[in-house]
Amino acid sequence: MSKYTIAVLVKNQFGVLNRVTSMFRRRQFNINSLTVSETESDAYSRITVTYNGEPELHNQIVNQLYKLPVVCKVKELDVDESVSCEVMLIKVKNDPATREDIRTAADAYKAETVDYTHESIIMRITGDSRRIDAFIALMREYTILELCRTGVVSLERGSKTISEI
Amino acid sequence: MKLKGADIIVRTLIEQNIDTVFGYPGGQILDVYDSLYKYRDEINHVLTMHEQGAAHAADGYARATGRVGVVMATSGPGATNLVTGIATAYLDSVPMVAICGNVPSDQLGTDSFQEIDITGITLPITKHNYIVGSVESLADTIREAFCIAQSGRPGPVLIDVPKDIQVAMCDYEPKEPVVPAEKLVCKDVSAAVDCIKESKRPFIYYGGGAIAAGAEKEILELAERIDAPIGCSLMGISGVPGSHSRFLGMQGMHGHYASSVSMQHADCIIALGVRFNDRVTGNVGKFATRTSIIHVDVDSAEFSKTVRPTYALKGDVKMVVQALLDKLEKKSCPEWWKKIKRNLEKQNQQADMRPGMTPCNILTMLGTYLKPDTPVVTDVGQHQMWTAQYVQFEKTRRFITSGGLGTMGFGIGAAIGAQMGTSTRAVLVTGDGSFSMCMQELATAVSNRVPVVILMMNNGVLGMVRQWQTLFFDKHYSNTELNRTIDYVAFARALGAEGMRVQNLQELQMAFDKAFSSSGPFLIDCLVDKNELVFPMLPPGGSMDDLITGAGELDV
Repeated sequence: MSKYTIAVLVKNQFGVLNRVTSMFRRRQFNINSLTVSETESDAYSRITVTYNGEPELHNQIVNQLYKLPVVCKVKELDVDESVSCEVMLIKVKNDPATREDIRTAADAYKAETVDYTHESIIMRITGDSRRIDAFIALMREYTILELCRTGVVSLERGSKTISEI
Repeated sequence: MKLKGADIIVRTLIEQNIDTVFGYPGGQILDVYDSLYKYRDEINHVLTMHEQGAAHAADGYARATGRVGVVMATSGPGATNLVTGIATAYLDSVPMVAICGNVPSDQLGTDSFQEIDITGITLPITKHNYIVGSVESLADTIREAFCIAQSGRPGPVLIDVPKDIQVAMCDYEPKEPVVPAEKLVCKDVSAAVDCIKESKRPFIYYGGGAIAAGAEKEILELAERIDAPIGCSLMGISGVPGSHSRFLGMQGMHGHYASSVSMQHADCIIALGVRFNDRVTGNVGKFATRTSIIHVDVDSAEFSKTVRPTYALKGDVKMVVQALLDKLEKKSCPEWWKKIKRNLEKQNQQADMRPGMTPCNILTMLGTYLKPDTPVVTDVGQHQMWTAQYVQFEKTRRFITSGGLGTMGFGIGAAIGAQMGTSTRAVLVTGDGSFSMCMQELATAVSNRVPVVILMMNNGVLGMVRQWQTLFFDKHYSNTELNRTIDYVAFARALGAEGMRVQNLQELQMAFDKAFSSSGPFLIDCLVDKNELVFPMLPPGGSMDDLITGAGELDV
């Protein structure tokens, strides 16, 4: 089982996200994260998908994606050859007994406090998924009220772009 | 030239060389039907009894001709009634364009009368679909839809046209239809060539993709060159002449014994335009485990979807086989053919030699009435498998059946479409269960004077489901004994068709004589014993070693 990250360049049209996710759903592909956004060009949107699976599953996903007329390019992003990150907002209980420990942990992870009340603290942390997982694990020792992650975005290192491949 | 949207739709269809469309009018597609009236000398619209029949007719037309079938329906229920027909075409990769009307754009999403999200509904059963957003994009959307429907692996495309787009005016310039040339994608076939050269027991297994590519000549040449036998999937039947000495017949759950068993013993399977469906492989884990598989397909998503090939060659089947032929020299495999001959002898020993109204005798007699050009359409069930087993086809695209979706009720609509596409008398082999699902379309055949011989194998039960109940459900015949008292001949007459009920082979012959000289539809209500079963049979989850070759092996 390997972890895969793929970037999918799609036409920036209404309903495209539905077409792509519908393909995952009906083929029963379980994905870990999915992000969508506009790109440097109005004509395209970029979808980044991460999933775990066997190489056969990976080939299936890529080949099935290419069959959608709205899909322009699919690029597998190798961990070593690309830069990936995600953002998390996490809200924890502001308890005087643990306040200091939380701050120490946040400093160690360079998590920024973006909201602070008597009852709660919201922190923002950026980085690769493993780093964010580790921070969540730390925060579990306190009381996590809620959290929200963006999912992975990824770009290939160097000057090459997805629209050139 | 300024035209209204509805006229642009019809003019673009004419531009795409479409002369026949199937459909059913309604409120939100009235403008298009007004244009069909205007252009009635250039394009023929066939009105069916139900939109499902229209979709199957467009499908049958496309399968028999290789051209795009076109179906039209109104919004809401008109559109949803197409769904089974579109799904049938999708599963068998049939090029089809469906055009639906919808409520005006400003009412979309408000649950207005007869509004439905048909693009949402058909998302998983079309290659692509569109809601047309402006009249300016209408003609190019239709052109693109035709291109997508035919290119690569063919399939259905749906275009949803809101009412306001149909009435809006826009400039229209006709364009030449464009079909993208099929490119040979795989560059290096040498590893696969080496595999074939080393093979002592090569086997060519082809399917619907080979028919779509028109690869008959190349397949036969490949078989000659490497001394291989040929087998096919259900969708491949009629792709090479049934009388060809290398052709062993259909593979799979109810395939021909010699074909299925020989493929299991091959050391190299050359799979052309097939998708290794569960009906063919049985238990995938036990399928062709000691065999190299060279998988050729235009759709690379088929590689390793169920069976992992040793070599995957993406591309048009015809072109890839030609590339293989360029590098292959003549070879012979005498030992292999000794083994194949033994399999054929064993198959002959299993042959059904019983006299009387057996499926074998009925369909063998039908075969004597068929011309090479006759399209033979089936519905779904026992009669479908018997037709695949006992009827021999000499010309490509002359066996038309719902293979992937297995749609009961497909037959009558598809037979009308196939007849109209080929201008040749069509034959529909059906069962009383399947026929009853869409039998109102017999009236469409009457109205349009469609010569179609309907051989309805009437056993009073849902035969294939009942066969499973016989074999795997302790003969609990839950809801498969029909207990209907329909007089099918009277029904045919009531709709304006001819008909005859037959109980023995003499009567059947008389009925065929009449039916094959009739100018319109002719229904033969052919009584068959409900205890007839389809053999051979691969039990669900079994491998070829578990093949049941006849009732003698079972306590039936």
